[in-house]
Amino acid sequence: MIDLQFDFAILLPPLYQGALMTFALILVSAPFGFLNGIGIALGRTYGNWLVSRLCHGYVLFFKGCPLLLLLFIIYFGLPSLGITFTAFTSAVIGFILCNGAYNSEYIRGGIQSVSSGQMTAALSLGMSRVQAIRSIILPQALRKSLPGLSNEFIYLIKYSSLAYMITVVEITGAGNIIAAKYFAFFEIFILIGIFYLALVTVAGRVIASIEKKIAIPGFGGV
Amino acid sequence: MVMHKMTDGEIILRVEDIHKCYGETEVLKGVSFDVRRGETKVFIGPSGTGKSTLLRCINQLTIPDSGSIWLNDEEVTHAGPLINHFRQKIGMVFQNFNLFDHLTAIGNVEIALIRVKGMSKADARKKALEELGQVGLLDKANAYPAELSGGQAQRLSIARALAMDPEVILFDEPTSSLDPELTREVLEVMKRLARAGMTMLVVTHEMGFALSVANEILFMEHGKIVEKGSPSEIQTSPTFARTRMFLGTFQDD
Repeated sequence: MIDLQFDFAILLPPLYQGALMTFALILVSAPFGFLNGIGIALGRTYGNWLVSRLCHGYVLFFKGCPLLLLLFIIYFGLPSLGITFTAFTSAVIGFILCNGAYNSEYIRGGIQSVSSGQMTAALSLGMSRVQAIRSIILPQALRKSLPGLSNEFIYLIKYSSLAYMITVVEITGAGNIIAAKYFAFFEIFILIGIFYLALVTVAGRVIASIEKKIAIPGFGGV
Repeated sequence: MVMHKMTDGEIILRVEDIHKCYGETEVLKGVSFDVRRGETKVFIGPSGTGKSTLLRCINQLTIPDSGSIWLNDEEVTHAGPLINHFRQKIGMVFQNFNLFDHLTAIGNVEIALIRVKGMSKADARKKALEELGQVGLLDKANAYPAELSGGQAQRLSIARALAMDPEVILFDEPTSSLDPELTREVLEVMKRLARAGMTMLVVTHEMGFALSVANEILFMEHGKIVEKGSPSEIQTSPTFARTRMFLGTFQDD
């Protein structure tokens, strides 16, 4: 028992550092991944032929590319072209690119489910297309895409562990290092599993409360 | 009692020789008319004769193939980005309301005042409350569209159009998706507007409304205005046989 207490005193500080890194990866990637998703969805839906095609190509590419491979390309591959990012920046870029591609599909679905009459009515009041998209279409489309987006956010929490493969010591990485050092794989990985579970549970709660807060009677199945 | 307004106002809207094709089908085959300030024109005719397309051409929601539209001697057709400026002055009320589902009743009225007219939130709120009062919806100011009856929804969409202080309002079959009782409450609001001097173009199958409120009834068939005249002319003059035959199909029961 005394040994276990001692173990945790050694184990917790590096795990704590790792957890902070995990939070940093998620908190930086998620907002930009969200904005990226909106941009790609709008480009695909309202862009001209070229923009729409480019956005479509973007989605196909980043949905098709394994995230780990993407991180390897950014961190290990791009330096041969003279483009160098830190490990953390590389991971965040990879997450934003991938998260944005998936988010854009949910948001595009949301946009398409807004009836065309909404745009017609907005235009008839003298709104420009941009104003109509901003004030009328997106507020509805984002509400409709929230369940999908929240799914993607939870994936992001979990695949943030891939950052360890390009040397970012987030919690899984930190755990792996000390587990190997103290030969305590089972305890540490279970502990980290509980950490992710707690994180995902809290995220789920937060998202549910957001959904509730922005719910509108008779809209989006509420 | 039939109340017709004076129609000696100046011409504010001119529609000249509008043509529109959808693929092989020519929906509008050269439609022209003038609208005077304060006038109510009612378009009637069989379904699929281009009445709704005609209204949508006036505010350029549908771009005509040829012909021109003039509002107060400014050309609406080929306006480019300026079209948003004209659309503020040409209100529109839709068959299926097209209310903004994510906004409350008052939000529906305010949004364009704030975003398009650049009014402050306080001013927009004041104006929106006024308009909601006009259509008898003050008590529903905070209700969402899904919480309104069809009649309330359509009155709200009239308030939304009115709030922009338009020169003319286009009504595209405003009561076609309503049951008779709800239809009456919407028509009441429209009658009040007409009497108050609003310039209105109305596509409708409500012949009672047409005969009692219109300054002019225009009968459209196959993409053209076939006959037009005042309600009394149409009911008495022998030259309006086609229109009367059409009206007759509504008055059988």
